[in-house]
Amino acid sequence: MEKDQDKILSEVTTGEYKYGFYSDIEMERIPKGLSEDVVRLISAKKMEPEWLLEFRLKSYRHWLTMKMPTWPNLKIPAINYQEIIFYAAPKQRTNVNSLDDIDPELRKTFDKLGIPLTEQKHLAGVAVDAVIDSVSVKTTFKETLAEMGIIFCSFSDAVKEYPDLVKRYMGSVVPYTDNFFATLNSAVFSDGSFCYIPKGVRCPMELSTYFRINSANTGQFERTLLIADEESYVSYLEGCTAPSRDENQLHAAIVEIVAEKNAEVKYSTVQNWYPGDKEGRGGIFNFVTKRGMCKGENSKISWTQIETGSAITWKYPSCILRGDNSTGEFYSVAVTNNHQQADTGTKMTHIGKNTKSTIVSKGISAGMGQNSYRGLVKVLKNATNARNYSQCDSLLLGDKCGAHTFPYIEVDNQTAIVEHEATTSKIGEDQIFYCNQRGISTEDAIGLIVNGYAREVINKLPMEFAVEAQKLLQISLEGSVG
Amino acid sequence: MNGISEVTERYLQLYKDNIEKISGISSKYINSFRAGAFEKFRELGIPTKKNEAYKYTNLNIFFDHDYKSYFLPVESDFVKAEKFRCDVADLDTHGIVLLNGFYPTINDKLRQLPSGVWVGSLNEAATKFADKIEKHYGKYAKSETDGLIHLNTAMASDGIFIYVPEGVILTKPIQIVDLVQADDDMFNQHRNLIIIEKSAQISLIICDHTLSPHKSLTNAVTEVFVGENAHFDIIRVQNEHNNAGKITHTFIHQEKNSTASSNNMTLHGGLIRNSTYHHLGGDGAESHSYGLFLADKFQHVDNFVNVDHAFPNCTSSQLFKGVLDDMATGAFNGRILVRPGAQGTLAYQKSNSILLTDDAKMDTKPQLEIFADDVKCSHGATVGQLDSEALFYLQSRGINKREARLMLMFGFAHEVIQNIKIEPLRDRMDNLVMQRLKGDLSRCASCVVRCT
Repeated sequence: MEKDQDKILSEVTTGEYKYGFYSDIEMERIPKGLSEDVVRLISAKKMEPEWLLEFRLKSYRHWLTMKMPTWPNLKIPAINYQEIIFYAAPKQRTNVNSLDDIDPELRKTFDKLGIPLTEQKHLAGVAVDAVIDSVSVKTTFKETLAEMGIIFCSFSDAVKEYPDLVKRYMGSVVPYTDNFFATLNSAVFSDGSFCYIPKGVRCPMELSTYFRINSANTGQFERTLLIADEESYVSYLEGCTAPSRDENQLHAAIVEIVAEKNAEVKYSTVQNWYPGDKEGRGGIFNFVTKRGMCKGENSKISWTQIETGSAITWKYPSCILRGDNSTGEFYSVAVTNNHQQADTGTKMTHIGKNTKSTIVSKGISAGMGQNSYRGLVKVLKNATNARNYSQCDSLLLGDKCGAHTFPYIEVDNQTAIVEHEATTSKIGEDQIFYCNQRGISTEDAIGLIVNGYAREVINKLPMEFAVEAQKLLQISLEGSVG
Repeated sequence: MNGISEVTERYLQLYKDNIEKISGISSKYINSFRAGAFEKFRELGIPTKKNEAYKYTNLNIFFDHDYKSYFLPVESDFVKAEKFRCDVADLDTHGIVLLNGFYPTINDKLRQLPSGVWVGSLNEAATKFADKIEKHYGKYAKSETDGLIHLNTAMASDGIFIYVPEGVILTKPIQIVDLVQADDDMFNQHRNLIIIEKSAQISLIICDHTLSPHKSLTNAVTEVFVGENAHFDIIRVQNEHNNAGKITHTFIHQEKNSTASSNNMTLHGGLIRNSTYHHLGGDGAESHSYGLFLADKFQHVDNFVNVDHAFPNCTSSQLFKGVLDDMATGAFNGRILVRPGAQGTLAYQKSNSILLTDDAKMDTKPQLEIFADDVKCSHGATVGQLDSEALFYLQSRGINKREARLMLMFGFAHEVIQNIKIEPLRDRMDNLVMQRLKGDLSRCASCVVRCT
């Protein structure tokens, strides 16, 4: 019995990474290394206005004064920033108007990934912005959305077409001085998605960005800016994959969300960067700054993330609850297998009155994986009647993995109610026995239990994503129950 | 951090000024730790808020102060201490009075209780029980991050020594009354060592009092060795004035199948930081850590607990509660570490705090670090106010609001107090907490020395 379980566990955890292929697309790369000239070069390549170049240079100069923080519960090999190519773009990108203008190799890549770039073929309404290495290659359903006044385009286009909006909101949630990787991103960010939902509009389809790292030795630094104006609603998805390589690649992105009065934003991520091989070689360093600002009254931001990829994940999607009665939510499932490490969680800063936040975090560790939840709930002095509920559970599959919890609670107001609960355990033998007894094999039982465990979070995902996430969870854990 | 901060510099100087004198009165073995610890302290310095373990506590309020004296005992000092009597009703104990952490020299420096337990001065024991000291001294108080522990090792010259031989069960608790008394602002450090051999059992009560109104700062380290099947309880009652700073580090090392509990009752004090380290160093060991604090005015109370599950099948629990009034601030930092291979671990942790005013502040940081899979660990933390429904329920039954609030707060605190196994002390604590909550009591009422 015990042996059986171990065997099944190891089968389950040794599933291969499906998206590890590399596409031979003609690429334009700049020389590796980082300097003020590189920053200028990126800006020049993108034909950016003067103010943006200034912003980049300001960030770069500030970055030079910073040191990489050492507080996370992660073992990070030293990163040599002079060995990274900071800009790589598929060639032939002169105004992609129709699909025919796109490199067929590139289209093949996205077909292989199951990302529809062709609008007519696509079943449900999901508008996709596809980002490969440093630039956005195609945004679908742009016109349909434009009819409703929704702007959904690549960040570079937004800089050209809507400079006022970009200027007004960029850096307002994540300032360029925020942290080491956010500052680096502010200096060298290449592209990303931009989205603006006007007043009173309920976005009729899911918006989605698909990130793909393709080139070797490059770093990916994209920036997403999402603005939901008063009374609007949008659900936004993000997915990502990368080829299997022996060296580590850096991904340092920024996501900024602004929710005005009565607006609601739902942001879902299924993160599946290349996690490295079984011995822990290679894989993506996923160091991302994500933050949403509930600016107006009654606004709501909800983060949902399924983290199964990346060699190292280090991110804290956060909410600043500034408007009165605003709500922040965070639902997360993080899986670490083999040699993967994750230090993830959230920060909820309660500033406005009657603000509410909910945190549900489910960690699953298998193999030699180390999984940490780190969260901060901060109630400021004037946040009367703030309410927080946090729950973080860890599931351990195997005896060499680790699960850690570091919640920080800082309360400065007597009317606040802050609760935190955490549990750590392995799958109970009684649970497996119960399933076995009813004719469910150990492997299926484990799948069942893990899925049930993560259900609370997966339920928050849009339907198509939920199915994918469930499958992903199974693949990531293949062979890991014990 | 680069460079040595000004505050740290002050204590480096203090070491240089006093080390000769200290070394002169201490045993060779204890002295052998000093140089290394001093180097370590120079490297780590006085912890700042950048140190994770001290994130919520600003030590500078007390450490950045020009203490006129570093306490080293003189014979005449102890005459004063002898006058002190603590009279907790019905509490029958083996009483020991310490002055600023030092064992009074006018009595026997090291005496044997009828049951065979030795109590006395650590400095004295260093010669009489040289083998025991060499086996245990400096073995448990280790830290890679906390400079204060090294500062203590570098400079402490004396403290209490308790030796419980194998199989001795002491029915009467030992009570240590630790007085702080000085004619001037004073900094003192003492070092305690408690050795409980196999299958022995004792309870220890430590009462902290300040007798003089001057600003004082204590940085104490206590090392406890709990042998196989042994049983140890420590209860700390802290009741000091607003000018008193108290930093305690208690390291409890447990062998196989032993049980230990620690209970920190903080009724009053200026800056209190209690660090308790439970090291479960043998199969089947069990440890419990409790804490209760009632803080008001500008007080700051910080409880730090580290439970280290190094062996399989150990059990641990933590329960910490606090009531914060006025502008008081509180912190709780609890960590459960389950090392690889420590299967069958059960570890629980709970921290609840109540804020009574808008100016009170509470920060909590419970942590779980788990490297084994066959474990059951959980922690819960809440920060809030009194349950309005419970309050309403009581009021609807004709109890006035003030009384109802008191009842609820008392009930909240009693959950911690009920874990004290010594009945007279438990009743006394209930009584003290009740008075304290009513606001009648600012310091220990039964204390014969009426300190203002």
